[in-house]
Amino acid sequence: MAETSTQTRTRRTAKLTAGRLYQNRWMLAAAILAVLAVDLFGAASAGFTAATIVALVLVALVAPRTPAARRLAEASARVERSPLDRLSGEKLAAAVAEPLIIFDRDGAVVHANEAADTAFGAMTPPLPLLLKFRAPEMQALIEAALSGEGTAQATDYVERVPFERVYRVTASAVGRGTGLFVLAFKDQSEARRIDRMRADFIANASHELRTPLASIAGFVETLRGPARNDPNARDQFLQIMQDQTGRMARLIDDLLSLSRLEMKPYLKPGVRVDLRQTVDAVIDSLAPLAAGSAVVVERDFAEGPLEVQGDRDELFQVFQNLLENACKYGRSGGRVVVSMKRSAEARQPEIEVTVRDFGPGIPDEHIPRVTERFYRVDVETSRAHKGTGLGLSIVKHILTRHGARLSIRSKQGEGSAFTVHLPAA
Amino acid sequence: MLTQHTVRAYDEELQFLARKIAAMGGQAERMVDQAINALVNADHALAQKVVQDDLLLDEAEREIDDKAILVIARRQPMATDLREIIGAIRISADLERVGDLGKNIAKRVAAVAEGRQPNSLFRGLEALAELALTQLKDVLDVYASRSVERIGIVRDRDEQIDAMYTSLFRELLTYMMEDPRNITPCTHLLFVAKNIERIGDHATNIAETIYYIVTGEQMPPERPKEDRSHGVTLADDGKSG
Ligand SMILES: Nc1ncnc2c1ncn2[C@@H]1O[C@H](COP(=O)(O)OP(=O)(O)OP(=O)(O)O)[C@@H](O)[C@H]1O
Ligand SMILES: [Mg+2]
Repeated sequence: MAETSTQTRTRRTAKLTAGRLYQNRWMLAAAILAVLAVDLFGAASAGFTAATIVALVLVALVAPRTPAARRLAEASARVERSPLDRLSGEKLAAAVAEPLIIFDRDGAVVHANEAADTAFGAMTPPLPLLLKFRAPEMQALIEAALSGEGTAQATDYVERVPFERVYRVTASAVGRGTGLFVLAFKDQSEARRIDRMRADFIANASHELRTPLASIAGFVETLRGPARNDPNARDQFLQIMQDQTGRMARLIDDLLSLSRLEMKPYLKPGVRVDLRQTVDAVIDSLAPLAAGSAVVVERDFAEGPLEVQGDRDELFQVFQNLLENACKYGRSGGRVVVSMKRSAEARQPEIEVTVRDFGPGIPDEHIPRVTERFYRVDVETSRAHKGTGLGLSIVKHILTRHGARLSIRSKQGEGSAFTVHLPAA
Repeated sequence: MLTQHTVRAYDEELQFLARKIAAMGGQAERMVDQAINALVNADHALAQKVVQDDLLLDEAEREIDDKAILVIARRQPMATDLREIIGAIRISADLERVGDLGKNIAKRVAAVAEGRQPNSLFRGLEALAELALTQLKDVLDVYASRSVERIGIVRDRDEQIDAMYTSLFRELLTYMMEDPRNITPCTHLLFVAKNIERIGDHATNIAETIYYIVTGEQMPPERPKEDRSHGVTLADDGKSG
């Protein structure tokens, strides 16, 4: 250990002196020549000349390579030219995962990072911030920042539509005299959503579970009492009880998946999903139901790529729910057509998937409501199909996350068509 | 130098109007949202607050009117600027009406809360209000960004709101016919639904005004219906610029 450190020190000294000699080589050579010249013309003794040369070499060895002042200046320059200086505010803002908006003295947006654009819609500079964030507390916050009152101010901000989000927002000036301000958002929706989810779950589940529970309780009572010795009734009642527990289990599954979707209303970046494959898989997985309902499922897929960006499992669930409904409620039509095509009608190319049945259709006044939670056009029919009334609200949630639309067309007596419009990948 | 100064002051006056409109819009959005919350949760204190907040909107409308008239008198604006100022007067009138409708909803909270109405009715009203609020938000966002090309969705949503209102109307009638005791509370709910539907109408009016401000032309009329079958579109259009 000690030995190596001595070694390195020696090596470093050697390097340093060699460097000094090298740097001073011309001056040194000139001086030595001069001394030799003086010696040549016999002005000094040989001993004196030799001593002078040795002295010169020694000076060259010891004299520092760079003047102290220059060394200091270089050191401080190194600090100033730290990597941070070359970093643009834009790149820094982009690296922040939460919404961040930079604005100027007039309250105009200078830059909004990607998270901000995702959360609040594209904000092209110089959009006036006060026109965009209209909630009274945001107006107060931005005005306080612009008028230079104090340093950082903060407030809570709730954005309700298209889905609820809760933020803690801070407004502060950027540095001194830059004339720039920054609005920083901290997403606190999750805590709020957990609360809400708990309340919703209890309210919905208790309401919807009461009916099947009551009916099971009733059958248990009958089985222990009047029907104790009636094997026919027992079989029948047990069947009903099994159906009811099945329905309760489904209800809980559906409520959980709805709650999960509501917990994370943004979609994670997602992958390329081949809809042809996904929809094929859905049709295959529902073949038993279709056969059981005596419904023939026809495919009408356009040529060419039918790909979108998103979550495969969630999209699977969308088409599963739609096809399931078509088979269940449209069974009297005997067939269901699943068609898929590209459409260039909208501003952005879309893929349209339509699930069309030829059943009784949905009365006009119910169409706008069928995606509401627990909404059933005909409670009895839906119950008979073990429906929970959550299928379409799950569909709507998933589509909202995908930036997609659902359109419903229906004519009574002729059937219904549910069309999903997804932005093409 | 002097003219430059005047131009700047003039610009500031126009900006003042725009900001005032935005603040009014924020207040109106808030009132409607709180009125519906108060109704669904039978929250009397919140309802009371909404009723009081209406004063703020009345005052803001008056302030905008005064300022607008002053600017017109002093600057004698032409074309674009004149449209901007007249537009501000019109929009503030619509927003003031939205506030009134919110107040009206809040005033019914007590009467509705007396008997417990089925949950599905409240869910329906919430869904209708969500549509109307989305409409209002999108429209005011367009006022901020001036990106009128986004305004087409307003027509679509207007249709959705009408369809949803009709559906709720029928449902309420059914309840009233089922049991005469439902008549009083359901009548209040009918008015609530009507009020929400009208809030949507005012939002559409505002959209038309904005279109006029930006382009100087009337907003194109409704597109012809593709076919007679009834359809509805549920869209995620919340993210407007
Ligand atoms: N293709 C269809 N034809 C006629 N009515 C339909 C059709 N699809 C849905 N509906 C109606 O819309 C209601 C809501 O459908 P949704 O899928 O949300 O619930 P559900 O099928 O009752 O339950 P779940 O899907 O959770 O099992 C259904 O109860 C039914 O009345
Ligand atoms: Mg279903």
